[in-house]
Amino acid sequence: MSAPIRVTLNGAPREFPAPLTFAQLIEELALAGRRLAVERNGEIVPRSRFGEARLSDGDRIEVVMAVGGG
Amino acid sequence: MNAPDRIAAADALEVAGKAYRSRLLVGTGKYRDFEETARAIEASGAEIVTVAIRRTNIGQNAGEPNLLDALPPSRYTILPNTAGCYTAEDAVRTLRLARELLDGHALVKLEVLGDAQSLYPNMPETLAAAKTLAAEGFQVMAYCSDDPIMAKQLEDIGCVAVMPLASLIGSGMGILNPWNLQIIIDRVQVPVLVDAGIGTASDAAVAMELGCDGVLMNTAIAKAQDPVRMARAMKLAVEAGREAFRAGRMAKKPYEASASSPEGGLIAPSGSARKKTA
Repeated sequence: MSAPIRVTLNGAPREFPAPLTFAQLIEELALAGRRLAVERNGEIVPRSRFGEARLSDGDRIEVVMAVGGG
Repeated sequence: MNAPDRIAAADALEVAGKAYRSRLLVGTGKYRDFEETARAIEASGAEIVTVAIRRTNIGQNAGEPNLLDALPPSRYTILPNTAGCYTAEDAVRTLRLARELLDGHALVKLEVLGDAQSLYPNMPETLAAAKTLAAEGFQVMAYCSDDPIMAKQLEDIGCVAVMPLASLIGSGMGILNPWNLQIIIDRVQVPVLVDAGIGTASDAAVAMELGCDGVLMNTAIAKAQDPVRMARAMKLAVEAGREAFRAGRMAKKPYEASASSPEGGLIAPSGSARKKTA
């Protein structure tokens, strides 16, 4: 088993077992099926690529949703 | 359809090539819960509703209700905003995320704030963000100061609507500078919507009577004692103001009274005696 990867997820440090795709990350966070969008190091990760794109050590990940606002 | 409805139907608000029946756009913040949000927005008749983009709460959202379940994008045009962004870069990133979140949806509300106390827009950053977003195919509705030069520059960049403030966000102070709004309305071709500062129904009506194409508000409805009733009041005010604008108001005659009832035929023509004494 490979070393865990360390990422910054929504501003907080997190560790996950590697390898980890974005689809697995979303599953792991119990967010599957929710309407959300993901950014890695300032770039959008399209939902269509969740199944193949893998997190890398040191990634800064943002997972966002729509909330009430003006 | 009865006659008044036909008049309203013919008078659509057109933004980025799409026609909307309602000229009232509403925010979704500051409500007690999603149920109240949904009821107020229903009562407002709004078709375009703004949402904010925020980090998902990691690890504490099992079964948490979702705003977009209460306001399905199939029914409403969702207008993601950049509230809370203080730089062009943050605003652009936020709206790229919003576009991904909303399946490629291009219509967005850009707001880049200048300081946390006034929430006044930072116009240099707003212009920079608008340029980037327009180049990336976004349809930008831009919150801006009520400066006609800024509004014109946003239009020239390609914004699909300009949205000057009436007064500070959340202040409920109404329209503080109708003259500036009037200049913007006269000079800009794209729709002009008042965004921010509306406090009550008469403020919305005045904005529409000035010739604004629409009004965007949140706090005036959400923080009313009865938000659902205020939402309906705002719907009626926007419609009334729009119809008054289209009807064309009478000229103001500050020094000249003019009786609405016939001057002749009085049963006791007491005034005639005085007239003859000249």
